[in-house]
Amino acid sequence: MAERVAVIGVGLTKFGELWTKGIRDLAIEAGAKAMEDANMNSKDIDAMYVGNMSAGRFAGQEHLNALIADQIGLTIPSTRVEGACASGSLAVREGMFSILAGQHDIVLVGGAEKMSDVSTAHATTGLMGAADEEWEGFHGLTFPGLYALMAKKHMHDFRTTREQLASPAIKNHHNATMNPIAQFSFEITTEKVINATMVADPLTLLDCSPISDGAAAIILARESVARKYTDTPVFIDGTGLSTDALALHDRRTLTALDAAVRASKRAYEMAGVTAKDIQVAEVHDCFTIAEIMAIEDLGFFKKGEGGKATMDGETQIGGKVSVNTSGGLKGAGHPVGATGIKQAAEIVMQLRGDIGKRQVSGAEVGLTHNVGGSGATAVVNIFKR
Amino acid sequence: MHKANVPMAWRRFKSKYNLVGTKCTKCNSSFYPPRLICPKCRREGKIEEFEFKGTGKIVSYTIIRSGPDGFEKQTPYPIAIVELDEGARVTGQIVDYVDSDLAIGKKVAPVFRKVYESGKEGIIHYGIKFRPEN
Ligand SMILES: CC(C)(COP(=O)(O)OP(=O)(O)OC[C@H]1O[C@@H](n2cnc3c(N)ncnc32)[C@H](O)[C@@H]1OP(=O)(O)O)[C@@H](O)C(=O)NCCC(=O)NCCS
Ligand SMILES: [Zn+2]
Repeated sequence: MAERVAVIGVGLTKFGELWTKGIRDLAIEAGAKAMEDANMNSKDIDAMYVGNMSAGRFAGQEHLNALIADQIGLTIPSTRVEGACASGSLAVREGMFSILAGQHDIVLVGGAEKMSDVSTAHATTGLMGAADEEWEGFHGLTFPGLYALMAKKHMHDFRTTREQLASPAIKNHHNATMNPIAQFSFEITTEKVINATMVADPLTLLDCSPISDGAAAIILARESVARKYTDTPVFIDGTGLSTDALALHDRRTLTALDAAVRASKRAYEMAGVTAKDIQVAEVHDCFTIAEIMAIEDLGFFKKGEGGKATMDGETQIGGKVSVNTSGGLKGAGHPVGATGIKQAAEIVMQLRGDIGKRQVSGAEVGLTHNVGGSGATAVVNIFKR
Repeated sequence: MHKANVPMAWRRFKSKYNLVGTKCTKCNSSFYPPRLICPKCRREGKIEEFEFKGTGKIVSYTIIRSGPDGFEKQTPYPIAIVELDEGARVTGQIVDYVDSDLAIGKKVAPVFRKVYESGKEGIIHYGIKFRPEN
């Protein structure tokens, strides 16, 4: 077997509406925390990958690869990676491959997004750049709208109920109360979700992830180097990436993300595990329906049964598979470019066993599922202790 | 959405004012929005222009209550994925409806309507929307 790539440090900023911080402040804070966690100095880093969706649109700032490297005081190879809301996990893959290709020993992978400086309408507009601009955005479709189309169809085809649809949000808000970086730290109920302001029928405000600022970073190292820095390396043993039509109307189905199914197959195969082996998973719950489809697409539950499984508590901490212990995108927030890296950081902390109150006891195998757009890019990464 | 300027809008008039898509004459698949390469036949495919009748049925729908730039004043508005009789699926708004028309499987027909304006001095964008058919 080829040499493995380990995660040796993680760093996260608070997620939320952070008025005092710009994108560079956030990125630097996350990077510095990751280096501290790995007990290393920035001079040990060989290269950087930065996940970011839309700093140009949200902050007028492009060219983040050089900006962030410079602000950390480095002149090393640095590359920005973009795949909408999956940018973070794409950056993780690129960092991993650069090590496997023998180019680098230690790589800093970061993700950041600053979204709250623009109005909600403008953020909605910017996010729609991840969908098909000419044939979906043109008609006034929005991201909540795209997932609402999937939710309506899932409810129609599989009799998923309104209560089942709300259940991932309730669980994720609960988990978020145990996560100090989470945007939201309050519990919600089924009644609150159903009666909240309607955004795109059937999705209400409390079915949606919020607009967030935040950054996350992880440090990757070649296995032989990793042990110099930590006694608890966590390995990325599998990765899968697949793409699909940008427009939802061009896909085979509205009730599954085929790209996620394909990406997970590839990742399971590479890591030599199956869905049954996964104990803890961070999935892309940008909307409640997205988590329901994710746990079906990943093979944790049969197609159509994700809503029932969630409502029955099978995905809560300590359930059949603990899903979104961080609070997910719904509870912890969704600064799009940072999300994939935050997911990785959460799984790493779970597998190290040092995550505190939300610890899944005995977790050894974990997974991240990160989606770009309404399912045109999907990345699944698998982590082992 | 991004507010298209004159050339951006103009180059899509044909397909946006009428449902002009494409068809692969090798495998008989039809595409709207138009595709330049048939995903099934790739380089062996033969793509020709093809105009859809525009009638079809609702695959799924939602009502947008928080709209993007340019649509803030239109909310709430229903939007659907429609499967055209010839096979392709398209996204479009539903107009001239009563609540009971918003249903999966409902038959619809195309209408030519204003979609949005690019600001006060900008251009007016027109396109195809769908109305329920009984
Ligand atoms: C749902 C959405 C439209 C709400 O935005 P909004 O109407 O402008 O909301 P506001 O910012 O005015 O917030 C109003 C209140 O609701 C809260 N809030 C906003 N979004 C929330 C959410 N998703 N969940 C819970 N509470 C939320 C705010 O904190 C605020 O609370 P306060 O009054 O106590 O301060 C917006 O969050 C959104 O577009 N989310 C989806 C983001 C998205 O598409 N991401 C990409 C997915 S792939
Ligand atoms: Zn063909």
